Amino acid sequence: MGGSASLLPREALGEYQELTFLTKQEILLAYKRFSELLPKEERENACSARVPKSQILTLPELRANPFQHRICRVFSTSGNGDDSMSFEDFLDMLSVFSDSATLDIKSHYAFRIFDFDEDGTLDRSDLEKLVDCLTGQGEESRLSNAEMEQLIQNILEESDIDKDGTINLSEFQHVISRSPDFVSSFKIVL
Amino acid sequence: SNGKKAGEERRRQRERGKKAPTKDQKESENEGRRTNKKGKEGENKQKKDRKTSTSSASSNSSEEESLAEEELAMLMEQVEQKKKLISTMRNKPWRMVKKLSVLREAQAFVEKFEGALGKGKGKKLYAYKMMMAKKWVKFKRDFDNFKTQCIPWEMKIKEVESHFGSSVASYFIFLRWMYGVNLVLFGLIFGLVIIPEVLMGMPYGSMPRKTVPRAEQATAMDFSVLWDFEGYIKYSALFYGYYNNQRTIGWLKYRLPMAYFMVGISVFGYSLMVVIRSMARNANENTADGDDDNFIFSWKMFTSWDYLIGNPETADNKFASITTSFKESIVDEQESNKDENIHLRRFLRVLANVLIICCLCGSGYLIYFVVKRSQTFSKMQNVGWYERNEVEIVMSLLGMFCPPLFETIAALENYHPRIGLKWQLGRIFALFLGNLYTFLLALMDDVNEKLAEEDVVKNITRWTLLGHHNSSAGNGSTATPPPLDPADVPRGPCWETTVGIEFVRLTVSDILVTYITILVGDFIRACFVRFMNYCWCWDLEAGFPSYAEFDISGNVLGLVFNQGMIWMGSFYAPGLVGINVLRLLTSMYFQCWAVMSSNVPHERVFKASKSNNFYMGLLLLILFLSLLPVAYTIMSLPPSFDCGPFSGKKRMYEVIQETIELDFPLFVAKIFSYVANPGLIIPAILLMVLAIYYLNAVAEAYQRANAELKKKMQMQREEEKNKRNNKASTNPALQDLEDLLTPSTKSESHPKQAEDKKIESPNKTSPVGKEGRAAALDGSPTTGGRGAAFTPPPHVFVTQPPTLGLRPPYPGQPRPRGHPMGPVPGRGRGQPRCSYPA
Repeated sequence: MGGSASLLPREALGEYQELTFLTKQEILLAYKRFSELLPKEERENACSARVPKSQILTLPELRANPFQHRICRVFSTSGNGDDSMSFEDFLDMLSVFSDSATLDIKSHYAFRIFDFDEDGTLDRSDLEKLVDCLTGQGEESRLSNAEMEQLIQNILEESDIDKDGTINLSEFQHVISRSPDFVSSFKIVL
Repeated sequence: SNGKKAGEERRRQRERGKKAPTKDQKESENEGRRTNKKGKEGENKQKKDRKTSTSSASSNSSEEESLAEEELAMLMEQVEQKKKLISTMRNKPWRMVKKLSVLREAQAFVEKFEGALGKGKGKKLYAYKMMMAKKWVKFKRDFDNFKTQCIPWEMKIKEVESHFGSSVASYFIFLRWMYGVNLVLFGLIFGLVIIPEVLMGMPYGSMPRKTVPRAEQATAMDFSVLWDFEGYIKYSALFYGYYNNQRTIGWLKYRLPMAYFMVGISVFGYSLMVVIRSMARNANENTADGDDDNFIFSWKMFTSWDYLIGNPETADNKFASITTSFKESIVDEQESNKDENIHLRRFLRVLANVLIICCLCGSGYLIYFVVKRSQTFSKMQNVGWYERNEVEIVMSLLGMFCPPLFETIAALENYHPRIGLKWQLGRIFALFLGNLYTFLLALMDDVNEKLAEEDVVKNITRWTLLGHHNSSAGNGSTATPPPLDPADVPRGPCWETTVGIEFVRLTVSDILVTYITILVGDFIRACFVRFMNYCWCWDLEAGFPSYAEFDISGNVLGLVFNQGMIWMGSFYAPGLVGINVLRLLTSMYFQCWAVMSSNVPHERVFKASKSNNFYMGLLLLILFLSLLPVAYTIMSLPPSFDCGPFSGKKRMYEVIQETIELDFPLFVAKIFSYVANPGLIIPAILLMVLAIYYLNAVAEAYQRANAELKKKMQMQREEEKNKRNNKASTNPALQDLEDLLTPSTKSESHPKQAEDKKIESPNKTSPVGKEGRAAALDGSPTTGGRGAAFTPPPHVFVTQPPTLGLRPPYPGQPRPRGHPMGPVPGRGRGQPRCSYPA
């Protein structure tokens, strides 16, 4: 790793290894990539700087992701809601998306990413937005209203165990934990 | 917010003075921790006081001991708890700031009190143990880091992954895994067989089997001859025939024939172990049963996006495929059993299968015919390049053209694409397998012929040697006749080397065909499409030729079959594994390049998921099938009399008997002979069969129990559904979930929700404590709790029957009856409440 990576303090590196699912190399790589997103004058203290959302979204790993805005929102600790990310937020994100993260934590964050209005449950409007995200921007690929209705109806029938019209975290995790390929696809590698 | 503040502070401090982070750390400990620590300190002091007082007051030391021990145990427990917390911290869905502060607190606690644990002599030992444990953890972490660093091609695969999704990348991961396995096999064979032979065995030209025969010597170095693995290559350590049957070689007394045999076995043993182990690991990872079709839609919704995709084009394809899958599943759901002209479809499917079986038989016969013909060619003198390589060319061509043909025929069947893919895979598998086995059968014929020929040659050789001795004896009558030059000794056909050469040739031609196919079919096509598109009548990129897609199943099957040939051939051509390692290495780079430069992502981007074990299953099958012929030849064919490490023996496995008889003490041989007694082997086999039967029965019972449990769960679910529909309730579990919400954004963006809560709270008759806790944790304006709930804002009464608001919610009543829907707090925003019965 280059000179920039050596700036990450040793004990911080140890702590990050303890607290995330990342290995040392991955953390150093994350640090390098993160400081590359910063303007030149701020690179010296990349640990304390915040990268604005527009910069984060230029990462090729997030560029094509339909949930990029949600991911930024969920992992950002910014107080004023601009979804900027500090290095620690960035590490949080990579840890959750890393290969060795557990199903529990992955599904927890997946739930929060899918919960567009952040009210703690996936209701119809959340699911609609989710479908919109998954089917892309193209007009021809969009589902018709009737199809959307049918789809959401089916989903709720399957996973809304308590029949309150929404899917909550435990229902979500119940569904996800049976899926054969959630863990292998809920992954972002730098 | 406390944690956040602390984080800010810490960050600022880190900025200020990077040189003294420990000090910073201490300063930036948040309030809670400080008090905690203080508390502990106080406790500690107290403990000391008490200790001194008890010791001064009473001389009963045992009591003090027990007291201290109790405390120590408690402390130990706490320390253990903290340690556990440290090790499981990463599993918590907390912000990094919070995690950091908690981690530091826990670490400081552990460090502080770890030393206090243990007493007297035990203390030092304990401290030492703790230190070693810490070192061990650190070492393990470093080792893990090192291990991940050692995994090659991580970046390459990641690049492919982001372009093509995880399914294409899974091929490359499989390729990498294969490369690792082959490296180990290569190490085994080279380290234990080839290198000892080269270093310590008889040098080239010292004996007939290590010398090129006189007749071939003129052309033995020609490239065309070497390319056919004849000439010098045939008489080198790469092939079976080169090895000597000397029992021990060199000053190490290395038992080469024994080593050769054992390595041959361990190649299979190791491969079997590795394949089965990785299969088991894969199976363990997928604890979830994917065939559970309760959640088709939900899975499609929640798990269909492949987060690894980083390429907009692929993402577009993925969007399209997700949309199609949504639409398909909706249609499937709507009309799951529509039947239009089922007879026609059946007829077409039968027709397709008949056609494909014809193809398979035809290809099998073609190979048999060609191998037979090659035997007559091999007897003729000057044959051309094509005649010599006809078998390989025909096999490669069949492998190239049959799969597309199958695909065309499969279009008749009109299967669902996923089922279609499985059929296609099965058919290609059958084709390859049929070809391989016809090839083997033909080879067997060849070998039998060679064996018959060998008897004749054996006599000739003996007579020649005898004649030579006689003549030299007649000439000089001195003690030592000049030995016959090794190149002049007539020799047998050495069927083992022939088999080895066949496999090496097959492998090499397979490599060439694969690479040429990629070069022509992908690269040249891509170049053509790309550059001729400027001056062509129609759009080449979107229209007919377009770019090639990466054929995952074909490539995986190719790799699997190639590995099968390596396994079969490696016993008779130890150098084959080396060639394969080179092949895998180059194909990693070459295919990565080809994929990135000239392929486009699939129309339907599908994920890798469970197919990994499918490939492993194929590999296991191939491994087993390739074990059969090798085992047959070892157990029942006599080795050649004048070449190879087992020459002069009746069967190859006799080398083991020989070693046991000559190198082990007598009783081992005795034991061995007892063990080899059929009277013992048959009961052992019986026992094994019984064990398998028993385990099978147990597994079945478990399966049944599993199914039972599943049914029970389903019933419970149904029941719960029914209950839910009838009764409204506030599930405590749901309330706990409520606590997990992000508090700040919620209260910001949804003031309306808070309002709703006010409306609902009168209805809610759950115990006070729970409600208070939920409200407090929510951090929403309702923190007023019951007080606020009793005085709802006036507009509430507009939408709500007044009786509801006025009903005193006393805690004794479990839940309001007669409500159709459970008014769980924080849900159902904006819905009119007038549906409640008054």
